[in-house]
Amino acid sequence: MTLSIAKAAALFFVVAILQVTIVASIGILGGSPDLVLVTLVAVALTQGSIFGAVSGFWAGLLIDIARLGTLGFTSLLLTLAGFWIGRYGETTGRDRAHAPVLSVAVVTVLYALGTLVMRFLLREPASAKVALVDELPATIALNLLLTFPVFALVRWLFKPAQRSPEVEFVG
Amino acid sequence: MAALGSPVRRAVAPRYSSRTSGPLRRRLVVGLLVLASLTMITVYFRESPNGVLHDFQSASSSALRPFEIAASRVARPFEDAYGWTADLFHAKSENEKLRQQVKDLTQQAIQRTEAIEQRNAFRRLLKVQRLPAYEDLANTMVTAEVVSNPVSQFDQTMVIAAGRDHGIRVHDAVITDRGLVGQVSKALRDTALVTLLTDPKIAVTAKDSRTGAIGIVQHSQGAEDLLFLDRVGKDKRVDRGDLVVTAGKQSGKQLSSFYPRSIPIGRVTKVGQTDVDPYQDVQVMPFVDFTSLDYVLVLASKTPRPNMP
Repeated sequence: MTLSIAKAAALFFVVAILQVTIVASIGILGGSPDLVLVTLVAVALTQGSIFGAVSGFWAGLLIDIARLGTLGFTSLLLTLAGFWIGRYGETTGRDRAHAPVLSVAVVTVLYALGTLVMRFLLREPASAKVALVDELPATIALNLLLTFPVFALVRWLFKPAQRSPEVEFVG
Repeated sequence: MAALGSPVRRAVAPRYSSRTSGPLRRRLVVGLLVLASLTMITVYFRESPNGVLHDFQSASSSALRPFEIAASRVARPFEDAYGWTADLFHAKSENEKLRQQVKDLTQQAIQRTEAIEQRNAFRRLLKVQRLPAYEDLANTMVTAEVVSNPVSQFDQTMVIAAGRDHGIRVHDAVITDRGLVGQVSKALRDTALVTLLTDPKIAVTAKDSRTGAIGIVQHSQGAEDLLFLDRVGKDKRVDRGDLVVTAGKQSGKQLSSFYPRSIPIGRVTKVGQTDVDPYQDVQVMPFVDFTSLDYVLVLASKTPRPNMP
């Protein structure tokens, strides 16, 4: 468990740095991929709701620090996103092949909506048209493209250690 | 049956803390994190720029800076490559857009130039209409666009886009701001045929505006658009450079001409005489360029025309 937490902390540190320095500047068809969000979805789906929520909080905190934004803004959104996806993974989405793709698409939309609502609440300038019409479709597509490599990486990273299988008598 | 009865070994699925944790714990953790986030937002907003959270953010950001710089440096070549490719595609699409724009603007410029030329032509014709010489005809003058210019040396006619419906009749004089063009030889409903002054069939009673010497202007029968003022006696004085205008009456008689008086025709370029010819040989260069007419004025008159044979 401790190892997983350390891995997640390091993973989100690297991903947040990459997101802020490189990925955010990639603009294709008006949108840009959100590596942190996709990674969070992958971690939350595979590791569960509490892990997802804590990871989201950590990733959000890093993003807010790196971007010099309002502290707690991204943390709040990513905490809720990580928790919600974690719960989905624990319940309905368990072992479903389409869960990663569906989760990424839905969370991208909800994250954009949440960001917009938060900005309105905090009276920060935000254009709903730009966020939801101009940027969102391309962002969803780019996030979906990232889904498979990121999920593969996360599965590999959080692969349970090989140990002698426990034996259960079911018969 | 033996197989079903035997115990089956199954690997136990990995268990994660949150999956096995109770709902209370889950809600507690999430609630605390949300509360922490909201607290941070609130404190961050309320505190001064020197507050605890701002200081924390500043210090943390400084700590992150080296990593960001390192990531930027590592990614720079890839970013450059991406930027170059993106710029290339952007430049290509921009190039196409600009080409289309150039085409559209060229078209607009041509249309604008034509509009300006048209406006200038109308202005010039309007000036002519306001001249005292055409005062009687000012209300009946018709401005007409030239539909077709003379197509060959042997065809000294042109078609204008105005006809009987506009009050135009056969023998009406046709002018421009430069001078006399010819006369209407056929008037249809919406169009009319104008026979130019360079047609051998046309003869206009004209006079030297300086000396008053009267003659008949006709085409010189040559390849050029030169006219000559015929029937000017040797006793009359005509000099090179004199202005030739319509006389406004039939030569030698006091009958009214088809052409109002004082319409400019051309300028005398050469004066000569021979022993065998009783008249002077007066060459006139017309003011009007008959090959490039766009708009003309038809001096439509309401008075009845004399019947011509």
